[in-house]
Amino acid sequence: MADIAFLLLIFFLVTTTIANDRGLSMQLPPKPEQDQEIIKIPERNNFKILINSADRMLVEGEPLNDYREIREMVKDHVLNNGRDENMSDSPKEAVVSFKADRGTSYEVYIQVLNQVQGAYYDMYAARAGVSNKKWREIASDIGNPENKRIYDAARKDFPMAISISEPSKIGGN
Amino acid sequence: MAKFKKKSEASQEIPTSALPDIIFMLLFFFMVTTVLRETTINVRQSIPAATELRKLQRKSLVSYLYMGKPKQNLVGTFGTEPKIQANDVFINPKDLVLWVSQEKDKLSEVERDQITIALKVDKEVKMGLVSDVQLELRNANARKLMYTTITDIN
Repeated sequence: MADIAFLLLIFFLVTTTIANDRGLSMQLPPKPEQDQEIIKIPERNNFKILINSADRMLVEGEPLNDYREIREMVKDHVLNNGRDENMSDSPKEAVVSFKADRGTSYEVYIQVLNQVQGAYYDMYAARAGVSNKKWREIASDIGNPENKRIYDAARKDFPMAISISEPSKIGGN
Repeated sequence: MAKFKKKSEASQEIPTSALPDIIFMLLFFFMVTTVLRETTINVRQSIPAATELRKLQRKSLVSYLYMGKPKQNLVGTFGTEPKIQANDVFINPKDLVLWVSQEKDKLSEVERDQITIALKVDKEVKMGLVSDVQLELRNANARKLMYTTITDIN
């Protein structure tokens, strides 16, 4: 009996792939309309991240080597509230704009997006008074009315404004 | 002279009478958790790691797109350029609008605009291909995306 069970057990052990259904979630902007007017964002509200085809970053006009620094820089930018004249007026108006090249590798893109989203999750979590991990659980399950309430309260006047531009074609493929 | 204690008479064998029960329990656990894969993945998949992960709420609303270089045994037929795999076939970005509408047809009418596309993209793929896909998904009005990643342990 145990032999048969062992055999089946080993079969299932070998064939099992644990489903991976986690990742970075993102919402794409709607399809552009023909006569869409271009909204100018004041320079100070815009936090610019550029990545070239050699995976080198330019953040706010300065080269940056370690993408992990972006997290604190984004937080400083968004939570500036008009103090520093090079940073945002208010969290409501702050925008993180992020542009890659067609030759940028997907891995670097994910790492930078991860840091920017992480910065926003940290700020939301602080507003909601929960941990970053808990916040992400809440945000993933807003079908629950209690979660929805916390989610809406933390995001009020605090949009997650990450603008991802179409990549440039210098490094092409 | 000190006397050493005699070895106790108790049996030292591990009782194995509960073994089949334990094995069955493990067996049932794996049987229940196993999801048999529906599609064979024909592209190389080495998925990047990230820390700020979120979970997909409803599996039924998710459609998967795989991107990467064709696997070693398919290089002869499909070359080495990264490709997009939907279901079991390689497709071009321009066919994505059709694919999305087919995927939407599988859902009930009220849920169609909630469709989520999970992108399983190899690390080495360049952003050019990814952005082509995103552009087509925007055109197809499937705007909820999930970049599937693994958990970064550091």
